[in-house]
Amino acid sequence: MAEEGSAVRAVAGGSTAAKQIEVPIRKAVGPGDDKVHTWPHLVRSEFICAILVTVLLIVWSLLSDAPLEEPANPTKTPNPSKAPWYFLGLQEMLVFFDPWHAGVTLPSFIIVGLMVLPFIDINPKGNGYYCFNDRKYEIMTFFLGFHILWVSLIIIGTFLRGPGWNWFWFWQPWDVHKVEAMTAVNLPYLLGVRNPTLDFFVGAALVIGFFVGGSALMYWWVVHLKGREFMRRWGGVRFGITAFLFLNMWGVVLKMLMRHLFAIKYIWTTPWVNI
Amino acid sequence: MAWEDIKRQITESDVWQSMFRHGYEDTPRNRILMVSGNVWLHLHPSKVRRHAVRMRFTWCMGGITFLMFLVTTVTGVYLMFYYRPTAEYAYADMKYLEFDMPFGMLMRNMHRWAAHAMVIAVWLHMFRVFLTGSYKPPREFNWVVGVILLVLTLLLSFTGYLLPWDQLSIWAVTVGSNMARATPFLGHEGPGHELMGVNPIYDARAFLFGGGEIGPHTLLRFYILHCIFFPLITSLFLAVHFWRIRRDGFSGPPL
Repeated sequence: MAEEGSAVRAVAGGSTAAKQIEVPIRKAVGPGDDKVHTWPHLVRSEFICAILVTVLLIVWSLLSDAPLEEPANPTKTPNPSKAPWYFLGLQEMLVFFDPWHAGVTLPSFIIVGLMVLPFIDINPKGNGYYCFNDRKYEIMTFFLGFHILWVSLIIIGTFLRGPGWNWFWFWQPWDVHKVEAMTAVNLPYLLGVRNPTLDFFVGAALVIGFFVGGSALMYWWVVHLKGREFMRRWGGVRFGITAFLFLNMWGVVLKMLMRHLFAIKYIWTTPWVNI
Repeated sequence: MAWEDIKRQITESDVWQSMFRHGYEDTPRNRILMVSGNVWLHLHPSKVRRHAVRMRFTWCMGGITFLMFLVTTVTGVYLMFYYRPTAEYAYADMKYLEFDMPFGMLMRNMHRWAAHAMVIAVWLHMFRVFLTGSYKPPREFNWVVGVILLVLTLLLSFTGYLLPWDQLSIWAVTVGSNMARATPFLGHEGPGHELMGVNPIYDARAFLFGGGEIGPHTLLRFYILHCIFFPLITSLFLAVHFWRIRRDGFSGPPL
């Protein structure tokens, strides 16, 4: 920080002068530099904000009671049984993927993907201010993952799924006896592959092709957009992780579309797992 | 004696001065002492950039998340006085809280709605931090801590979901936890389960439930996770998170 600003900062434990690192002092200029006292400027807004939110919460709590249904009964399963609302996006993904994938692998990708974000994004621009143009692709990707996938799947899971996890529009009453024809087939079958062994290889080719082809496309796209020099700085590890996570995210979108539009269940069936 | 005299006698007494070292005079020195001399406020640096103060920039969502954490802690302690985490009593205690305890229903409502609000606020906080690129150097590690706190928020909320011990709670937790039995290698329905020798009473879900099925053991387990384990862990990560925010000069471009 500038207020401690010394041009040379010793490495912790470094004994020799050679271990000292030159840290250039960047004199911050512009509107970011004018400092104000925390008391009263920041403390005041925090205090007012806390009071307003607390009042809102109390009013909300006076007007609306927390739900309490009949006592727990392990022998009586409600239909539909829904997870807490913030997990309904994951429950909705069970329509498209098996539980090990929708419930364990994909959430792990989300968490790990969020954690590695600062390390794969090497764009120095857009640090500490709002700007769309400096970070178009980052912001659009986040928008796809957070708003379009996570939030909209929660809305679907909360409001549009009824008994049997069937789809009911807002205006449709929940009919417990609604029958949904199970017509979903696997993608290789739809492509005309009826042989179970060949089915495995076609599925493998499709899934591996998606990741390899997708990575190649992304590589070409990034080089086209940013140039080779950027790709060299970005490095293979960063690119690999980014491409893998990015393609997984698009894979979810693709699989959802395939399921909703063409009633496709699996793309690749193996004796161990199905995707 | 005039009020002014009484006031002076109090504020100049040894007892008062042992607790409060400075008054409210609006001087630059005092403005700094207000923050640096106060254990709670010194989470802030004594000066921040004008940038970091604007609500338009911060949305105040991190602060609201923390406020919701504090509200759930206070109301949660109140609820703990009247709640027994055993299958015989848990549901009856909920009714007792609602109908007999002074402010019981209000405390329960505030606890639940604050928990929901905390989940929403932490998402919006993450969204804002993303939009302003505030995970970029030097704040990369604090973003990682923030993601851990996001997961902890969801776990806090999820473990609390079971405690009312009604139909809503056990089935929501059943559905939410069923994913654990499909964990690759560690769940008895997950791929590769035969390699690990896991079974319905000895796998990831059984570890979470404290047994093969959801039951009284699960209630106790979730109660302890909800009231002790996760709040403690969350407080630790909050401390790191706040410390890092302070070190990195609050919001705005890095210095």
